[in-house]
Amino acid sequence: MSEPIRFHYDVDGENFTSAGEASVAVKKKLRQLGYPPDVIRKVSIAMYEGEINMVIHANGGAADVEVHDDKIVIILADHGPGIPNVELAMQEGYSTARDNIRALGFGAGMGLPNMKKYTDDMKIDTEVGVGTTITMTVNL
Amino acid sequence: MAEYKHSVSLDVSKCTGCTTCLRRCPTEAIRIRDGHAVISPVKCIDCGECIKVCQHKAKKAVHDSLSCLEKYKYKVALPAPSLYGQFDHMDNIGYIIRGLKDLGFDDVFEVACAAELVSAYTRLYIKRSDVKKPVISSACPTISRMISMNYPFLIENVMPILPPVDIAAYLAHEHAKTVHPELSEEEIGIVFISPCPAKVSYVKNDFSGERNYITDVVSIRDVYFSLLDVMKKREDEPLETTESGLIGIGWATTGGEATAIFNERYLAADGIENCIRVLDQIDNEDITSLDFVELNACDGGCVGGAMTVANPYIAQARLQALKRYLPVSPNRPASEWIPTEFFNENSIEYTPAHLLSEDRRIARQMMSEIESIKESLPGIDCGSCGAPTCMAFAEDIVRGEANVDECTVIMKMLFHRYLEEHKEKSVLDKLASDAAFKKSARAGEEAPGNASGPNPEGEAE
Repeated sequence: MSEPIRFHYDVDGENFTSAGEASVAVKKKLRQLGYPPDVIRKVSIAMYEGEINMVIHANGGAADVEVHDDKIVIILADHGPGIPNVELAMQEGYSTARDNIRALGFGAGMGLPNMKKYTDDMKIDTEVGVGTTITMTVNL
Repeated sequence: MAEYKHSVSLDVSKCTGCTTCLRRCPTEAIRIRDGHAVISPVKCIDCGECIKVCQHKAKKAVHDSLSCLEKYKYKVALPAPSLYGQFDHMDNIGYIIRGLKDLGFDDVFEVACAAELVSAYTRLYIKRSDVKKPVISSACPTISRMISMNYPFLIENVMPILPPVDIAAYLAHEHAKTVHPELSEEEIGIVFISPCPAKVSYVKNDFSGERNYITDVVSIRDVYFSLLDVMKKREDEPLETTESGLIGIGWATTGGEATAIFNERYLAADGIENCIRVLDQIDNEDITSLDFVELNACDGGCVGGAMTVANPYIAQARLQALKRYLPVSPNRPASEWIPTEFFNENSIEYTPAHLLSEDRRIARQMMSEIESIKESLPGIDCGSCGAPTCMAFAEDIVRGEANVDECTVIMKMLFHRYLEEHKEKSVLDKLASDAAFKKSARAGEEAPGNASGPNPEGEAE
């Protein structure tokens, strides 16, 4: 079992228009590595949703991606407000997004459910007032 | 797979090895090697960006010349709608049609007419419940190639109906056979007058399979000057008239194809970078509730092609004027279903062009090396090494195509360290006092293996 390749991205919370760039960068890396298209797509969608969430809710954060032989692990960590009720947040359509964010087409309440849908495992560590770390795994 | 025939080429004698095209290439297909550009045939998508930005006219579109007409007994011109926007003070498309006949064509079949049929078929196609939305236009070959390289999941979204030029070629061929049944296949020339090199590649690589009736592709630029000559010679009103309506001519500019679906759930984008962003978002399922997506690699749409003459926006303004008293869409399909001969038999194939190695274990190893080399590179993407970015340079090193000492920033740093260690005078003093040094520094530009920098010992050669 070889060492995973690690990629680190800072997700800028100030700049909404750059949201999603880390997931595009990871997609490019995975294509170069020759991972199967369906795996690339799952990683890309899950990470994209997570990235957008970090920008909307937590003023940005860090995205770390570990590329293993047999799986890809995405760790999204922020120092945002935390999620008070994870169960509620996981419901499709549940959203706390403000109107200005909704006006941009975000905040449909599909972020977390989609992240779960496109990954094989998703773990949410969150503490109100401290931050949230989401670890997602896509198996090959 | 057969080798891909490209239509963007380089005149080595004119290329100075400047880095202008290097940075504009959307797929990082260009490197500067031995003082001139080199285009990777695997990564090039024939978008023509490098042709547009090259100040030395070293990048060229490969296409057929008008002398191809000599090969045939019966010649049909297929003018792209963008051709109509090239001429100043021209208020009637009839002049162009007559001009083409004066140039030696026996018949003219306007691609704009076929475009109206494609628009009608598109309206039918997107109504079908079994198609994957959003339907992505198949008209821009650069976009189709981009999708084949990077977006395997969007291949299914690409409309399987042939682009207008193929349908025009098919109909022109049918018509030629009807009016001249005595002609053999070899005697009929179907010549597309194209705004862009990507269409040349599309035809030369037989992307429409068996249904490729186009025999030659000439550039709008070439035809423009010949046409101007013949058009100027005749002052009388042309008896010819266009058979196209405003929908067909609208295809020349961004939004023309998309608005013709008569449905507001469309997106129309132009410029290759914008198109890539749109494709990324569709790929991430982030754009929903769209029925149709029109993507044009060139700014402004086909009028922005690398083989046109006029500025795309000026051409667009002219087309607006030309469209003014035309009917909406005089070309209507005979049936309410899409004829099978108008479907593309060849579907797009996923061909990843940026793969490091077929063996994923090796690819992973290479990626680790790339990441670690990248850390030691300056990260300013200056292009002096011949790669568009430090990242691409790191990749080239790992692929064995470049050497780290080609990085001028690193070499400069090492050189300064050398000067310090050897208590040399400052570079300025040295330049002022040492004529030989000065000469070699200036000669550095032409010196082979320039990457090693000016030679402080004296002569470069």
